Amino acid sequence: MSTVTVQLFASYAESFGGATLKIPLDPGSTVRDLLSSIRMLPGAYVLPDSPRVAVNRRFASPDQLIDALDEVALIPPVAGG
Amino acid sequence: MIRSAVVTREIDPTALIAEIQSNELGAISLFAGTVRDTNDGRPVTSLDYSAYTAMAESELAAILAEAADRFGVTVIVAEHRVGPLALGDVSVAIAAAHAHRAPALDCTRFVIDEIKQRVPIWKLEHYADGGREWVDPTQASGVARA
Repeated sequence: MSTVTVQLFASYAESFGGATLKIPLDPGSTVRDLLSSIRMLPGAYVLPDSPRVAVNRRFASPDQLIDALDEVALIPPVAGG
Repeated sequence: MIRSAVVTREIDPTALIAEIQSNELGAISLFAGTVRDTNDGRPVTSLDYSAYTAMAESELAAILAEAADRFGVTVIVAEHRVGPLALGDVSVAIAAAHAHRAPALDCTRFVIDEIKQRVPIWKLEHYADGGREWVDPTQASGVARA
């Protein structure tokens, strides 16, 4: 089992209490699997039903595979402009 | 000429106009977003914008490329500011030039609408009553769930 680093921002960083999470990753894990693991952590109450996840700086679908070396980020509801 | 940037300095919309002005393109459309003094009736004193900068830059560039393709506009510049902003400061500016007004206007509208949907930038509002909230446009209240 490997570990992936998940970047956090804004309200998510405050709720989880840090700028990153280290999440264990089984081979073949998807974005959906990652979110299931994250939902078990304290602070996960902040997450909406379908949080947006970016993999390598692009929005990812729930079925996208994740590798430990990917740049992964949880994207809170954006409010630019 | 297509250019976009996430910046920490002041944005000067007139500089964007000067950057894209040319004698061949008779229509320039400019959109500028500024820091408003209230949100949902609550007085705002200042804002902090933060970003996932690497992705914000790539998404902004992708939006401009899509706008260029969609509207046939080849001259677009866009800047979004992050960091602490005061009331009235320009947070975002988009300028597009075209031979005719419709593509220029459509282009700036498209770019700001897409920025609000998909550029990873977040807004922390500070209020006159001492409170602070992350703005969440997906919530009916307009702020993040506590």
